[in-house]
Amino acid sequence: MSGQRIVVALVLAAAALAAPWFAYPVFLMTALCFALFACAFNLLLGYAGLMSFGHAMFFGTAGYFYGHVVKEWAMPPELGLLAGVGGAAALGVVTGALAIRRQGIYFAMITLAFAQMIFFLCVQAPFTHGEDGLQGIPRRALLGGLIPTKDDRVLYYVVLAIFLFGYFAIYRFIHSPFGQILKAIRDNEQRAVSLGYEADRYKLLAFVLSAALAGLAGSTKAMVLQFATLTDVSAAMSGEVVLMALVGGLGTIVGPVVGAFVIITMQNYLASAGEFVLVIQGAIFVVIVIAFRKGLVGELTEWWRRRSAPRPAAGDD
Amino acid sequence: MADTLLKVDGLQAWYGESHILHGIGFEIARGELVTLLGRNGAGKTTTLKSVMGIVEKRTGSVTFDGRETVGLPSDQIARLGLAYCPEERGIFSSLNVEENLLLPPVVRPGGMSLAEIYQLFPNLMERRRSQGTKLSGGEQQMLAIGRILRTGASLLLLDEPTEGLAPVIVQRIGDIIHQLKGRGFTILLVEQNFHFAATVADRHYVMEDGRVVDMIASADVQQNIGKLQAYLGV
Amino acid sequence: MAQVALGLVNGAFYAMLSLGLAVIFGMLNVINFTHGAQFMMGAFAAWLMLGILGVPFWASLVLAPIIVGLIGVVLEKLLLKRIYHLDHLYGFLLTFGMALIIEGMFQWKWGSSGAPYPAPITGGTDLGFMIMPSYRLFVVVAALAICLATWYGIERTKLGAYLRAATENPTLVRAFGINVPRLITLTYGLGVGLAALAGVLAAPIMQVSPLMGTNLVLVVFAVVVIGGMGSIMGSIVTGFGLGLVEGLTKVYYPPAANTVIFVVMAIVLLVKPAGLFGQAK
Repeated sequence: MSGQRIVVALVLAAAALAAPWFAYPVFLMTALCFALFACAFNLLLGYAGLMSFGHAMFFGTAGYFYGHVVKEWAMPPELGLLAGVGGAAALGVVTGALAIRRQGIYFAMITLAFAQMIFFLCVQAPFTHGEDGLQGIPRRALLGGLIPTKDDRVLYYVVLAIFLFGYFAIYRFIHSPFGQILKAIRDNEQRAVSLGYEADRYKLLAFVLSAALAGLAGSTKAMVLQFATLTDVSAAMSGEVVLMALVGGLGTIVGPVVGAFVIITMQNYLASAGEFVLVIQGAIFVVIVIAFRKGLVGELTEWWRRRSAPRPAAGDD
Repeated sequence: MADTLLKVDGLQAWYGESHILHGIGFEIARGELVTLLGRNGAGKTTTLKSVMGIVEKRTGSVTFDGRETVGLPSDQIARLGLAYCPEERGIFSSLNVEENLLLPPVVRPGGMSLAEIYQLFPNLMERRRSQGTKLSGGEQQMLAIGRILRTGASLLLLDEPTEGLAPVIVQRIGDIIHQLKGRGFTILLVEQNFHFAATVADRHYVMEDGRVVDMIASADVQQNIGKLQAYLGV
Repeated sequence: MAQVALGLVNGAFYAMLSLGLAVIFGMLNVINFTHGAQFMMGAFAAWLMLGILGVPFWASLVLAPIIVGLIGVVLEKLLLKRIYHLDHLYGFLLTFGMALIIEGMFQWKWGSSGAPYPAPITGGTDLGFMIMPSYRLFVVVAALAICLATWYGIERTKLGAYLRAATENPTLVRAFGINVPRLITLTYGLGVGLAALAGVLAAPIMQVSPLMGTNLVLVVFAVVVIGGMGSIMGSIVTGFGLGLVEGLTKVYYPPAANTVIFVVMAIVLLVKPAGLFGQAK
């Protein structure tokens, strides 16, 4: 089993390294940004049991922060990323502290409402340039000129590194004592509280971490595509990241990555279909909720387990 | 039995993964008052719920007035003429007393009128505009019983109507159950309070671990008192 | 003062929509994300019936909610009823998907730009302190009447008693012989019809466009969080009240007009997390 795992890991690593010679690097980078975004969202839902329907507010504003710092202030991209992450985290502290006062479906509605408020603010604020968006953000070299980023393939490895950093940060977090407590709170908040854990502080920290990583994804995307627009702060974007996590499999750690690649690929192919993309996305939501709630990764592991198990286990939920 | 109203045979029931009833059987004749006795967890409440069709899964046979009901949803079972008074009483807090009384629809002709019910329970008449759950425990129990008398149901399933009530109220409920039997209702009563059960019932079925293990007619209770005490662990 | 009175028009829509959401949530345990799309469908139905068949506004006011309500009934029987046993979040996701499908199809067919619907009542009414467009005055009065009628239907009628009881304990209500699944379908149809009715009322005021309900429903979610979904009268009062607050903001600090409701939501979460009319949890 572990031998098998090492082989899988090696194949994946080789694929990730070779990918820009086989696929369009900008597409890959975009997909990686969304993958990180979806992982950040899933951290909150899968491990804290909180479904945010407003994660675009972190993703989108981080893009604006990055663009403003790099373009208007002519600062290096590292500071832009830092500003994006910091801004998203700060926004996460404020909205998170309020949203965790309610649970379940109300939490989803509250995050959605706050995201809408941020959207309206972005429409009005001068630094976002409203409908036009923040265009032509220069690509500057990283590490004081050491890494040139004009070449898409070079930038791809930077983005891959950022993605892996985020991904392993989530992995470490989930497997830390902190992540375990979070899961305990998700499964039975009353009990966790009676054991002396301050549930709200743990939830808030998970929320802020998730917001910060969504911010990292959003500012990286702005670095790659060189623009930041209202689309990335919109409710539609919040819905899209939910869809990615759902398609891949909620609560699985690889699911959101798979989901992000599937959805971005689909959007690429359907770019000419216009509004019909919405219909298809909606249909995917409906089909998954009705029939495949575990998502691609969840259903596949289930299928694999059933195939390799000598007898089907009864009473699976 | 000559005129069987309810016949249960090989009834099994589950809650999720747990198997609660392991094939029980009993019968009730028209006009009879029968109790289910047994310790906590013996499956008495589940038996009532299974007859009513509100457990997650049940198999076996439950015939009411000659009609098979396993496989019917609970609303259709109720419409055959069964009415259920749950252990937790199930008074609706968003309805006032009279709305609670009028809630169950009339399923058959021949039920009691609202006036008759108020005559039986004068307290409810006085408090008919109060929120249902603002009543005292005893009044709520009377409301829960009164509510199912209007519907024309011929079989009443009463789950522990005396639980947690003061002795004077228990006595009052006993009187009412007597009167209901006198009016021709068939009653299946679940009771923990054996002394109460002994005063009202014709026969007793004893349950243990999801099975019916004995049947004792009220007339034979005195001879079997030792056996009964062993069953009930008193 | 004029802005304040006009704020009541928005309040009328908030009240009608949050009322429908609350009624549906009570019975189905589903936050109906499709509500905005169904609001839009009501407006579209009226617009299409006028354009194609020449059906006048007043007939649409009755017909459109029935048509959209029936479509809601089909959706409930086809999709929603499969997910009642799941976590609330799945209902949210499912109805979100349904909204995307509906809005996407309308955009695909009719594009995103709106079409005007002629106001059935023209002219203004002198209220003493202002001249209010008569149609807007009608909307406020009609919405108030509809909300109160809904309140009466739920709190004072037999059907309403069934609804209230089934919201509390559907199993027991069913065991009394009431066909609860049918009651749930009916509730969804009525809630959706209410959204469509609001849509017809909105058609002459807003542009009839596929996305007219999208932003509105997001604001209505905030309204629902502020009011809490436990009380029918609470939904009505909160809806109209927030419309007023919005109107006042337009007077004193216009740039904040479209965010003020979210700010109110943040304050309510700080002060009374359960919502103004909500019970704890």
